[in-house]
Amino acid sequence: MEDDKDVNEHSLILKCQQGDKQAYSVLVKKNMKRAYFTALGLTGSHDSALDLSQDAFVRAYRSIHKFDSDRKFFTWYYQILRNLCFNHLRDRARHARSFSEIGEYELNSIVDSSQNTSDQIDQKEKKELLWQAIESLRPQEREIIILKDFQDMAYKEIAESLDCPIGTVMSRLYNARKTLKKKLARYFNE
Amino acid sequence: MSKFLKKSDTHRFAILLMGAVDGELTEQEQFEFDQLILKHPELKKEMQQYQKIKEVTQTMKFKQPHTEVWDKYWLNIYNRIERGIAWIIFSIGCMILITYGLFKAVESIIAEPQLEIIIKIGILAVIAGVVILLVSVARERLFIKKTDRYSKEVQR
Repeated sequence: MEDDKDVNEHSLILKCQQGDKQAYSVLVKKNMKRAYFTALGLTGSHDSALDLSQDAFVRAYRSIHKFDSDRKFFTWYYQILRNLCFNHLRDRARHARSFSEIGEYELNSIVDSSQNTSDQIDQKEKKELLWQAIESLRPQEREIIILKDFQDMAYKEIAESLDCPIGTVMSRLYNARKTLKKKLARYFNE
Repeated sequence: MSKFLKKSDTHRFAILLMGAVDGELTEQEQFEFDQLILKHPELKKEMQQYQKIKEVTQTMKFKQPHTEVWDKYWLNIYNRIERGIAWIIFSIGCMILITYGLFKAVESIIAEPQLEIIIKIGILAVIAGVVILLVSVARERLFIKKTDRYSKEVQR
Protein backbone atom coordinates (compact mmCIF):
# COMPACT_ATOMS: atom_id res chain seq x y z
CA MET A 1 0.00 0.00 0.00
CA GLU A 2 2.83 2.32 1.00
CA ASP A 3 4.63 1.35 -2.23
CA ASP A 4 1.55 2.24 -4.30
CA LYS A 5 1.45 5.64 -2.62
CA ASP A 6 5.15 6.16 -3.38
CA VAL A 7 4.75 5.14 -7.04
CA ASN A 8 1.80 7.49 -7.34
CA GLU A 9 3.73 10.35 -5.75
CA HIS A 10 6.74 9.62 -7.95
CA SER A 11 4.66 9.84 -11.12
CA LEU A 12 2.93 13.00 -9.89
CA ILE A 13 6.28 14.66 -9.25
CA LEU A 14 7.54 13.72 -12.71
CA LYS A 15 4.44 15.36 -14.18
CA CYS A 16 4.94 18.46 -12.00
CA GLN A 17 8.52 18.70 -13.22
CA GLN A 18 7.11 18.90 -16.73
CA GLY A 19 4.97 21.86 -15.65
CA ASP A 20 1.70 20.00 -15.04
CA LYS A 21 -0.19 22.20 -12.56
CA GLN A 22 -3.04 19.70 -12.32
CA ALA A 23 -0.61 17.09 -10.98
CA TYR A 24 0.72 19.65 -8.53
CA SER A 25 -2.81 20.36 -7.30
CA VAL A 26 -3.17 16.65 -6.47
CA LEU A 27 0.15 16.72 -4.62
CA VAL A 28 -0.89 19.83 -2.68
CA LYS A 29 -4.27 18.39 -1.74
CA LYS A 30 -2.59 15.22 -0.47
CA ASN A 31 -0.22 17.17 1.77
CA MET A 32 -2.07 20.38 2.67
CA LYS A 33 -3.55 19.30 6.01
CA ARG A 34 -0.27 17.90 7.24
CA ALA A 35 1.50 21.06 6.08
CA TYR A 36 -1.00 23.40 7.70
CA PHE A 37 -1.07 21.59 11.05
CA THR A 38 2.72 21.35 11.21
CA ALA A 39 3.00 25.09 10.55
CA LEU A 40 0.28 25.72 13.11
CA GLY A 41 2.26 23.76 15.68
CA LEU A 42 5.35 25.81 14.96
CA THR A 43 3.81 29.27 14.73
CA GLY A 44 0.77 29.00 16.97
CA SER A 45 -1.27 31.14 14.60
CA HIS A 46 -3.96 30.01 12.13
CA ASP A 47 -3.34 32.88 9.71
CA SER A 48 0.44 32.45 9.74
CA ALA A 49 0.15 28.68 9.34
CA LEU A 50 -2.15 29.08 6.37
CA ASP A 51 -0.04 31.77 4.74
CA LEU A 52 3.32 30.09 5.34
CA SER A 53 2.21 26.60 4.32
CA GLN A 54 0.77 28.00 1.07
CA ASP A 55 3.86 30.11 0.47
CA ALA A 56 6.02 27.01 0.95
CA PHE A 57 3.96 25.16 -1.68
CA VAL A 58 4.49 28.05 -4.12
CA ARG A 59 8.25 28.00 -3.48
CA ALA A 60 8.31 24.21 -3.77
CA TYR A 61 6.57 24.47 -7.15
CA ARG A 62 9.14 26.98 -8.38
CA SER A 63 11.98 24.65 -7.33
CA ILE A 64 10.34 21.35 -8.22
CA HIS A 65 12.75 20.83 -11.14
CA LYS A 66 15.57 20.55 -8.56
CA PHE A 67 13.73 17.93 -6.53
CA ASP A 68 15.00 14.36 -6.59
CA SER A 69 11.82 12.44 -7.32
CA ASP A 70 13.11 9.37 -5.45
CA ARG A 71 12.77 11.29 -2.18
CA LYS A 72 9.51 11.80 -0.34
CA PHE A 73 7.87 15.06 -1.31
CA PHE A 74 6.81 16.04 2.19
CA THR A 75 10.29 15.69 3.73
CA TRP A 76 11.67 18.03 1.03
CA TYR A 77 8.71 20.39 1.27
CA TYR A 78 9.06 20.46 5.05
CA GLN A 79 12.58 21.90 4.78
CA ILE A 80 11.13 24.88 2.92
CA LEU A 81 8.24 25.19 5.36
CA ARG A 82 10.38 25.04 8.49
CA ASN A 83 12.73 27.72 7.16
CA LEU A 84 9.75 29.97 6.50
CA CYS A 85 8.30 29.23 9.94
CA PHE A 86 11.57 29.85 11.77
CA ASN A 87 12.11 33.07 9.80
CA HIS A 88 8.61 34.09 10.75
CA LEU A 89 9.15 33.28 14.42
CA ARG A 90 12.43 35.19 14.38
CA ASP A 91 10.91 38.27 12.80
CA ARG A 92 7.55 38.22 14.48
CA ALA A 93 6.97 41.14 16.76
CA ARG A 94 3.43 40.29 17.70
CA HIS A 95 2.54 37.43 19.98
CA ALA A 96 0.97 34.28 18.69
CA ARG A 97 -2.39 33.23 19.99
CA SER A 98 -2.23 31.02 22.97
CA PHE A 99 -1.86 27.37 21.97
CA SER A 100 -4.75 26.49 24.24
CA GLU A 101 -6.95 28.50 21.88
CA ILE A 102 -5.88 26.56 18.80
CA GLY A 103 -5.82 23.12 20.29
CA GLU A 104 -8.41 20.65 21.27
CA TYR A 105 -7.57 17.82 23.54
CA GLU A 106 -9.36 14.52 23.70
CA LEU A 107 -9.19 14.25 27.44
CA ASN A 108 -11.56 11.37 27.91
CA SER A 109 -9.41 9.06 25.87
CA ILE A 110 -6.29 9.50 27.94
CA VAL A 111 -7.39 9.94 31.50
CA ASP A 112 -5.63 7.34 33.57
CA SER A 113 -7.91 6.19 36.34
CA SER A 114 -5.02 4.91 38.46
CA GLN A 115 -3.62 8.43 38.67
CA ASN A 116 -7.03 9.82 39.52
CA THR A 117 -5.89 13.13 38.05
CA SER A 118 -9.38 14.31 37.15
CA ASP A 119 -10.03 14.78 40.86
CA GLN A 120 -7.03 17.05 41.23
CA ILE A 121 -7.32 19.38 38.29
CA ASP A 122 -10.48 20.01 36.35
CA GLN A 123 -10.49 19.23 32.66
CA LYS A 124 -10.35 22.79 31.40
CA GLU A 125 -7.40 23.59 33.60
CA LYS A 126 -5.70 20.40 32.49
CA LYS A 127 -6.18 21.30 28.85
CA GLU A 128 -4.69 24.74 29.48
CA LEU A 129 -1.76 23.22 31.30
CA LEU A 130 -0.95 20.81 28.50
CA TRP A 131 -1.09 23.41 25.75
CA GLN A 132 0.89 25.89 27.84
CA ALA A 133 3.58 23.23 28.27
CA ILE A 134 3.73 22.68 24.50
CA GLU A 135 3.75 26.44 23.86
CA SER A 136 6.57 27.06 26.30
CA LEU A 137 8.93 24.62 24.58
CA ARG A 138 11.73 26.09 22.49
CA PRO A 139 10.76 26.10 18.77
CA GLN A 140 13.16 23.23 17.98
CA GLU A 141 11.79 21.18 20.86
CA ARG A 142 8.22 21.90 19.85
CA GLU A 143 9.08 21.01 16.28
CA ILE A 144 10.30 17.52 17.16
CA ILE A 145 7.22 16.83 19.31
CA ILE A 146 4.92 18.06 16.52
CA LEU A 147 6.62 15.87 13.93
CA LYS A 148 6.76 12.74 16.05
CA ASP A 149 3.64 12.82 18.17
CA PHE A 150 1.24 15.09 16.32
CA GLN A 151 2.21 14.10 12.77
CA ASP A 152 3.22 10.54 13.68
CA MET A 153 6.30 10.61 11.46
CA ALA A 154 8.89 7.83 11.69
CA TYR A 155 12.42 8.65 12.90
CA LYS A 156 13.78 8.07 9.39
CA GLU A 157 11.30 10.52 7.91
CA ILE A 158 12.05 13.13 10.58
CA ALA A 159 15.80 12.68 10.07
CA GLU A 160 15.34 13.29 6.32
CA SER A 161 13.14 16.31 6.96
CA LEU A 162 15.58 17.87 9.40
CA ASP A 163 18.63 16.71 7.47
CA CYS A 164 20.26 15.12 10.52
CA PRO A 165 21.12 11.59 11.73
CA ILE A 166 18.45 9.43 13.43
CA GLY A 167 20.51 9.52 16.66
CA THR A 168 20.16 13.29 16.72
CA VAL A 169 16.39 12.98 16.24
CA MET A 170 16.18 10.60 19.23
CA SER A 171 18.40 12.81 21.32
CA ARG A 172 16.36 15.95 20.51
CA LEU A 173 13.18 14.08 21.22
CA TYR A 174 14.49 12.99 24.58
CA ASN A 175 15.39 16.56 25.51
CA ALA A 176 12.02 17.86 24.36
CA ARG A 177 10.09 15.21 26.28
CA LYS A 178 12.28 15.74 29.33
CA THR A 179 11.37 19.45 29.30
CA LEU A 180 7.73 18.55 28.82
CA LYS A 181 7.89 16.05 31.68
CA LYS A 182 9.21 18.76 34.00
CA LYS A 183 6.51 21.19 32.93
CA LEU A 184 3.80 18.57 33.34
CA ALA A 185 5.02 17.35 36.71
CA ARG A 186 1.83 18.65 38.27
CA TYR A 187 -0.26 16.79 35.73
CA PHE A 188 1.49 13.54 36.51
CA ASN A 189 1.21 14.18 40.25
CA GLU A 190 4.89 13.61 40.87
CA MET B 1 17.79 9.20 35.18
CA SER B 2 19.54 6.58 37.30
CA LYS B 3 22.43 7.86 39.38
CA PHE B 4 24.12 4.52 38.87
CA LEU B 5 24.54 4.98 35.14
CA LYS B 6 27.81 6.25 33.74
CA LYS B 7 27.63 9.47 31.71
CA SER B 8 28.08 7.61 28.40
CA ASP B 9 25.42 5.08 29.44
CA THR B 10 23.06 7.90 30.35
CA HIS B 11 23.18 9.28 26.81
CA ARG B 12 22.81 5.81 25.33
CA PHE B 13 19.90 5.06 27.64
CA ALA B 14 18.17 8.30 26.65
CA ILE B 15 18.37 7.35 22.99
CA LEU B 16 17.26 3.76 23.58
CA LEU B 17 14.48 4.99 25.83
CA MET B 18 13.02 7.13 23.06
CA GLY B 19 13.25 4.24 20.60
CA ALA B 20 11.50 1.96 23.10
CA VAL B 21 8.73 4.50 23.80
CA ASP B 22 8.15 5.03 20.08
CA GLY B 23 8.53 1.37 19.18
CA GLU B 24 11.41 2.07 16.82
CA LEU B 25 14.19 -0.08 18.27
CA THR B 26 15.91 -2.81 16.25
CA GLU B 27 16.08 -6.30 17.81
CA GLN B 28 19.64 -5.69 18.93
CA GLU B 29 18.79 -2.29 20.45
CA GLN B 30 15.74 -3.77 22.19
CA PHE B 31 17.97 -6.45 23.72
CA GLU B 32 20.45 -3.78 24.85
CA PHE B 33 17.63 -1.75 26.36
CA ASP B 34 16.13 -4.77 28.15
CA GLN B 35 19.54 -5.55 29.63
CA LEU B 36 19.84 -1.99 30.95
CA ILE B 37 16.40 -2.21 32.53
CA LEU B 38 17.26 -5.55 34.12
CA LYS B 39 20.46 -4.11 35.50
CA HIS B 40 18.79 -0.91 36.73
CA PRO B 41 15.12 -1.64 37.53
CA GLU B 42 14.60 1.99 38.67
CA LEU B 43 14.83 2.99 35.00
CA LYS B 44 11.55 1.21 34.33
CA LYS B 45 9.68 3.94 36.19
CA GLU B 46 11.35 6.52 33.98
CA MET B 47 10.26 4.60 30.92
CA GLN B 48 6.66 4.56 32.15
CA GLN B 49 6.77 8.33 32.66
CA TYR B 50 7.96 8.90 29.10
CA GLN B 51 5.33 6.51 27.80
CA LYS B 52 2.74 8.62 29.57
CA ILE B 53 4.16 11.82 28.03
CA LYS B 54 3.83 10.26 24.60
CA GLU B 55 0.34 9.04 25.40
CA VAL B 56 -0.63 12.60 26.30
CA THR B 57 1.00 14.38 23.35
CA GLN B 58 -0.29 11.83 20.85
CA THR B 59 -3.84 12.49 21.88
CA MET B 60 -3.57 16.28 21.63
CA LYS B 61 -5.02 17.63 18.44
CA PHE B 62 -5.33 21.02 16.81
CA LYS B 63 -8.75 22.42 16.08
CA GLN B 64 -9.90 21.86 12.52
CA PRO B 65 -10.31 25.12 10.57
CA HIS B 66 -13.51 25.79 8.58
CA THR B 67 -13.95 23.43 5.64
CA GLU B 68 -13.78 26.36 3.23
CA VAL B 69 -10.10 26.74 4.18
CA TRP B 70 -9.44 23.39 2.49
CA ASP B 71 -11.76 24.19 -0.41
CA LYS B 72 -9.85 27.39 -1.22
CA TYR B 73 -6.39 26.11 -0.31
CA TRP B 74 -5.26 25.04 -3.79
CA LEU B 75 -6.93 28.03 -5.45
CA ASN B 76 -4.87 30.40 -3.29
CA ILE B 77 -1.67 28.58 -4.22
CA TYR B 78 -2.62 28.59 -7.92
CA ASN B 79 -3.28 32.34 -7.78
CA ARG B 80 0.07 32.97 -6.09
CA ILE B 81 1.92 30.90 -8.70
CA GLU B 82 0.13 32.75 -11.49
CA ARG B 83 0.80 36.15 -9.90
CA GLY B 84 4.45 35.22 -9.44
CA ILE B 85 4.77 34.63 -13.19
CA ALA B 86 2.93 37.91 -13.86
CA TRP B 87 5.33 39.79 -11.58
CA ILE B 88 8.36 38.33 -13.37
CA ILE B 89 7.00 39.40 -16.78
CA PHE B 90 6.06 42.83 -15.39
CA SER B 91 9.55 43.29 -13.87
CA ILE B 92 11.29 42.30 -17.10
CA GLY B 93 9.10 44.80 -19.00
CA CYS B 94 9.90 47.56 -16.49
CA MET B 95 13.62 46.84 -16.68
CA ILE B 96 13.59 47.05 -20.48
CA LEU B 97 11.63 50.33 -20.42
CA ILE B 98 13.77 51.91 -17.66
CA THR B 99 17.02 50.92 -19.40
CA TYR B 100 15.75 52.31 -22.71
CA GLY B 101 14.52 55.50 -21.01
CA LEU B 102 17.84 56.02 -19.25
CA PHE B 103 19.75 55.46 -22.46
CA LYS B 104 17.59 58.00 -24.29
CA ALA B 105 17.87 60.48 -21.41
CA VAL B 106 21.67 60.26 -21.37
CA GLU B 107 21.74 60.56 -25.16
CA SER B 108 19.57 63.69 -25.17
CA ILE B 109 21.49 65.31 -22.28
CA ILE B 110 24.77 64.85 -24.12
CA ALA B 111 23.26 66.13 -27.39
CA GLU B 112 21.59 69.20 -25.78
CA PRO B 113 23.66 72.27 -26.88
CA GLN B 114 21.99 74.76 -24.53
CA LEU B 115 22.76 72.82 -21.37
CA GLU B 116 25.93 73.88 -19.54
CA ILE B 117 28.65 71.28 -19.25
CA ILE B 118 28.55 71.32 -15.43
CA ILE B 119 24.78 70.56 -15.47
CA LYS B 120 25.40 67.71 -17.92
CA ILE B 121 28.08 66.26 -15.63
CA GLY B 122 25.79 66.63 -12.60
CA ILE B 123 22.83 64.84 -14.25
CA LEU B 124 25.06 62.07 -15.61
CA ALA B 125 26.66 61.61 -12.16
CA VAL B 126 23.20 61.24 -10.55
CA ILE B 127 22.18 58.63 -13.16
CA ALA B 128 25.51 56.77 -12.82
CA GLY B 129 25.16 56.79 -9.01
CA VAL B 130 21.64 55.34 -9.15
CA VAL B 131 22.77 52.60 -11.55
CA ILE B 132 25.79 51.70 -9.35
CA LEU B 133 23.57 51.61 -6.25
CA LEU B 134 21.06 49.31 -7.97
CA VAL B 135 23.82 46.96 -9.17
CA SER B 136 25.38 46.94 -5.70
CA VAL B 137 22.09 46.07 -3.98
CA ALA B 138 21.33 43.38 -6.57
CA ARG B 139 24.82 41.87 -6.10
CA GLU B 140 24.44 41.90 -2.31
CA ARG B 141 21.04 40.18 -2.53
CA LEU B 142 22.53 37.56 -4.83
CA PHE B 143 25.43 36.97 -2.43
CA ILE B 144 23.09 36.61 0.56
CA LYS B 145 20.92 34.20 -1.41
CA LYS B 146 23.94 32.01 -2.11
CA THR B 147 25.40 32.01 1.39
CA ASP B 148 22.53 32.42 3.86
CA ARG B 149 21.44 28.99 5.10
CA TYR B 150 17.85 30.13 5.14
CA SER B 151 17.95 31.20 1.52
CA LYS B 152 18.72 27.76 0.10
CA GLU B 153 15.04 27.13 -0.21
CA VAL B 154 13.62 30.41 0.99
CA GLN B 155 13.86 33.78 -0.62
CA ARG B 156 13.14 36.43 1.95
